[in-house]
Amino acid sequence: MQNTKLEVKNLQISFSHEGSQVNAVRDVSFTLGQEKLAIVGESGSGKSTVGRSLLKLHPKNATVEAEKLLFGDIDLLNASEKTMRDIRGRRISMIMQDPKYSLNPVMKVGDQIAEAYLAHYKVSKKIAQEKALIMLEKVQIRDPKRVYSLYPHEVSGGMGQRVMIAMMLIPEPEIIIADEPTSALDVSVQRQVLNLLDELISERNIGLIFISHDLDLVRNYCDRVLVMYAGRVVESIKASELENAQHPYTQGLLKAPPRIGDIRNRLPTLERDPSWLYN
Amino acid sequence: MNMINIEGLDLSFGTGANESKILHDVNIQIQAGESFGLVGESGSGKTTVLRCLAGQYNHWSGQLSVNGNRLLHKLDKKRCIDMQMVFQDPYGSLHPRHSIETALAEPLKIHKIDNRDERISAILKKVGLDDSFRYRSPHQLSGGQRQRVAIARALILEPKILLLDEPTSALDVSVQAEILNLLKDLKEKEGLTYLMVTHDLGVVTYLCDRIAVMQNGHIVETISSVNLANHGASEPYTRMLLDCCYHTETTQSSEALSA
Repeated sequence: MQNTKLEVKNLQISFSHEGSQVNAVRDVSFTLGQEKLAIVGESGSGKSTVGRSLLKLHPKNATVEAEKLLFGDIDLLNASEKTMRDIRGRRISMIMQDPKYSLNPVMKVGDQIAEAYLAHYKVSKKIAQEKALIMLEKVQIRDPKRVYSLYPHEVSGGMGQRVMIAMMLIPEPEIIIADEPTSALDVSVQRQVLNLLDELISERNIGLIFISHDLDLVRNYCDRVLVMYAGRVVESIKASELENAQHPYTQGLLKAPPRIGDIRNRLPTLERDPSWLYN
Repeated sequence: MNMINIEGLDLSFGTGANESKILHDVNIQIQAGESFGLVGESGSGKTTVLRCLAGQYNHWSGQLSVNGNRLLHKLDKKRCIDMQMVFQDPYGSLHPRHSIETALAEPLKIHKIDNRDERISAILKKVGLDDSFRYRSPHQLSGGQRQRVAIARALILEPKILLLDEPTSALDVSVQAEILNLLKDLKEKEGLTYLMVTHDLGVVTYLCDRIAVMQNGHIVETISSVNLANHGASEPYTRMLLDCCYHTETTQSSEALSA
């Protein structure tokens, strides 16, 4: 792992609500180089919260603290809103879960891609449109001209997710945070979208943070896996060694889903040990 | 005798030039006590088959019969008693402002069944929840608990058939395991017949005995779970679906083989 793109040390995130405080993320540390890092865990484990904190997308009632939150040599923790605006989308971008909800329903998909480029580069509309068409071709859309002028409801889920990838890649970011980018898609389309994302990020030396709850998917797709439980990282492990995961929570997650040809009569469920919260 | 018999089911939407045919000559026979799975991509028509059976669409043509009774286009109460449905998203399928008790009492009220109190207690126990859940609202429950309530609501009329529309796809893997175990137990205890729609081949082979693979409104292959697991699928489309699922499992072993 050469040249560290991102360094996070002891990240703590809490939300205050009517006087009470909820600690959503505690003591999370990791570094990201030019690699594919997965953050996995159940719903509510804080994985998306970590992703969002890197772009400071949290509402006012959130408190984000960390010993270190470095992006290159920029301290994200103390960065001004202006600096953040230059980073968001331009240098770190985020692919959301569901293209149905994340695309603007009343704007042509091509214009949405061009808009992403225009927001960060001072070019004419025409050049941005040309860029968007090239980008649509890059994400393997067969007839970019036709698709450019479609509205989100006219494209399929897989195509919508490709549009979103195009939109996130067009400003040429250094890091992409993908928050469950394929969980709204069919298995067959899922694979195409992942392969595409993989090609594009290795071509452009992008670091990827892949947020998912699917350990099976992550083990073949990513290089390294952080397993989160109740806001903490319980295990950090190379994806290829996931088989030998030590933590009972990781083992439980690995055993839970039924697989084709499964002869188990009952599926093991997770026994949550309260002591997991104290290490 | 077949518990569910679907013969030559056709369905289309729109008329004239805009007519688009959704289901093409679907034939499914399911025996009493059997679990049958329908798999395929989104848009292949698998949920539509369930909706025809459940009476949510009534302009189909063909022959449907359930428990020996020929289904009419109009929904009747008898059909509801025989057959209940569990939906995909437990966040959307429970009324947010009705307590669990109200949600469970509603089918009983509709069908004028008495002893509601005892029935609700019994059904909650059956799905692994205790009586304290009665007075809670859906927002106070986790996703897995909500899905248990949805299953309880379907079972409270003591149906013979459960139509399951992706019952676990909105849940985490750990919670999915709990719900699948529950469904398996209930089936053994109550002798239920399941017709389940899913796109997860792991889930379908775990719970179902036989599987029909759908593509563009056609059934392309009907195959037993055992056969599917032993690479007995003959249709290229089924193999493609298997490949997509297997890539997580077998890429490592196939790499090892080629190395």
